[in-house]
Amino acid sequence: MEPRITTLGDRALIIELPSRADDETPARIQQVCSWLSDGRLPGVTELVSAATTVTVFYEAIALKRFAAPKHDLAGWLASRLKERLSLLPDAAAQPPARLIEIPVCYGGDFGPDLESIATRAKRSPGEIITLHSAAEYVVLQLGFAPGFPYLHGLPESLRFPRRETPRTRVAAGSVAIANGQSCVYPSEIPGGWHVLGRTPLRLFDPNCSSPALLQPGDRVKFRSISFDEFERLEGTP
Amino acid sequence: MIEIVRAGMLTTIQDLGRPGYQNLGVVVGGAADSFAARVANFLVGNPENSALLEMAFAGPTLRLETDAVIAWCGADFDARCQGEPLLKNRPIHLPAGSVLDFGGTKRGAMAWLAIAGGIDVPEVLGSRSTDLSGKFGGFEGRKLAAGDRLALGRTAGRKPSPQTAASWSLIPERLVAVCGPGVVRVLRGPEWEWFSPKARETFSQSVFEITKEGNRMGTRLAGPSLPLAEPREMISAAVDHGVIQVPPSGRPIVLGIDRQTIGGYPRIGVVATVDLGKLAQFRPGNTVRFHEIQTHEAHELLIRRERDFSIARACLSFSP
Repeated sequence: MEPRITTLGDRALIIELPSRADDETPARIQQVCSWLSDGRLPGVTELVSAATTVTVFYEAIALKRFAAPKHDLAGWLASRLKERLSLLPDAAAQPPARLIEIPVCYGGDFGPDLESIATRAKRSPGEIITLHSAAEYVVLQLGFAPGFPYLHGLPESLRFPRRETPRTRVAAGSVAIANGQSCVYPSEIPGGWHVLGRTPLRLFDPNCSSPALLQPGDRVKFRSISFDEFERLEGTP
Repeated sequence: MIEIVRAGMLTTIQDLGRPGYQNLGVVVGGAADSFAARVANFLVGNPENSALLEMAFAGPTLRLETDAVIAWCGADFDARCQGEPLLKNRPIHLPAGSVLDFGGTKRGAMAWLAIAGGIDVPEVLGSRSTDLSGKFGGFEGRKLAAGDRLALGRTAGRKPSPQTAASWSLIPERLVAVCGPGVVRVLRGPEWEWFSPKARETFSQSVFEITKEGNRMGTRLAGPSLPLAEPREMISAAVDHGVIQVPPSGRPIVLGIDRQTIGGYPRIGVVATVDLGKLAQFRPGNTVRFHEIQTHEAHELLIRRERDFSIARACLSFSP
């Protein structure tokens, strides 16, 4: 693998994997991310993964302490990154990503866009639920809001652009689709995705030591539940 | 304790931010000028990551319920205590009952007020800074309001003293090699090559105006449009404080301290770390010009600033 390494200002480097819009890339990105986050890279404070990139944040002052040449701190760190990446194990050696099941109560007040999506897809609401919950997704990245997952793997027949008018408030737990991806709103925020249902699970809790339910690279499946089950599960972590 | 008598426009509790959780979508945030915050904390004898108050445009009025040592850095707020001006960039002893009134500022936009002991709010994900969009951290995850009472951390015992200000000052802005008023040093962004040759030239040579559309998340600039050489979709990727991104309108946005973790617009430039403090002082109607420097120059400026700050700390053998 020959990754391209570029700079993002004076405190981050971007590792870009060859842009292939296939299903291997998200797993590869997570592999790179976990390979580099063993704490062995000097001066590195944080890694941020996205669909095709891993951004490596560093402290220039700290690099100096590792005897990096003062005139080329970024180039020196890029070389260290390339060295580490050349030792990246084969993709097959990776343990499989964990699978997280997310219960969803579809339709009704919880899924105000289920009917309109069914109409646009020329299917019944029940078929939309089956399509959405039968697919397996991968968490491409978390962003937009704390714990907000971008889920790759939406069936072709459910691909629609965002709502023309975004909602000023989307309830926490809302499960939605747009632009070929699915997502779950971790808190009440504005949003333009089509809301199909709601999960009783809490996706983000800043007071918890592992605050986000989902991590980049996780596999996700949705399970359709009744309103009774929603109420029973509500408030469980 | 300190009591907020009048909250001001946007007074929040901040420290040096919440690194380590960006991969979960949690922004680093913290004081919009982390260097000014570090200097203010140093001046009162705090560890540099202590929680302090950040104010914007119209400052707060606060009442000290105990004797305290304070220091503030940033824009020229009309700061007074009992009618007397409160000088910036130096430690000041104030007796219990003092009322600090920060008024407004005609130049710049933000200031940071450190109090010895630091503001004692619970740490959330390793930081006391306020995440306004996530609604956590700081004081109940929100900006301060009149009537809020803030606890202070412990300090070494001090004798009560009348209002006295140190005769010396340490000015954070002076610890950075200057490059001229209204000029911000930038590095080329990752998508620099995507822009038309004309757009790249315009970016480097034109004057942009700060618009009213600005907050801790970012500031939209007015001025000449910066088109791409050809239409191109970007795959979302990590961004940072100081990233200058250009949406399809061609009007650049400079990302602020509370930017999201991931962005999807081409990044034409990134502000050098030593000049991030200047972004915090943007006011609508101000103009800005971007001066390109190389990565190694940005690092040299940063290293020099740290060296000068260390020297200042060593020289000011601190005994409040």
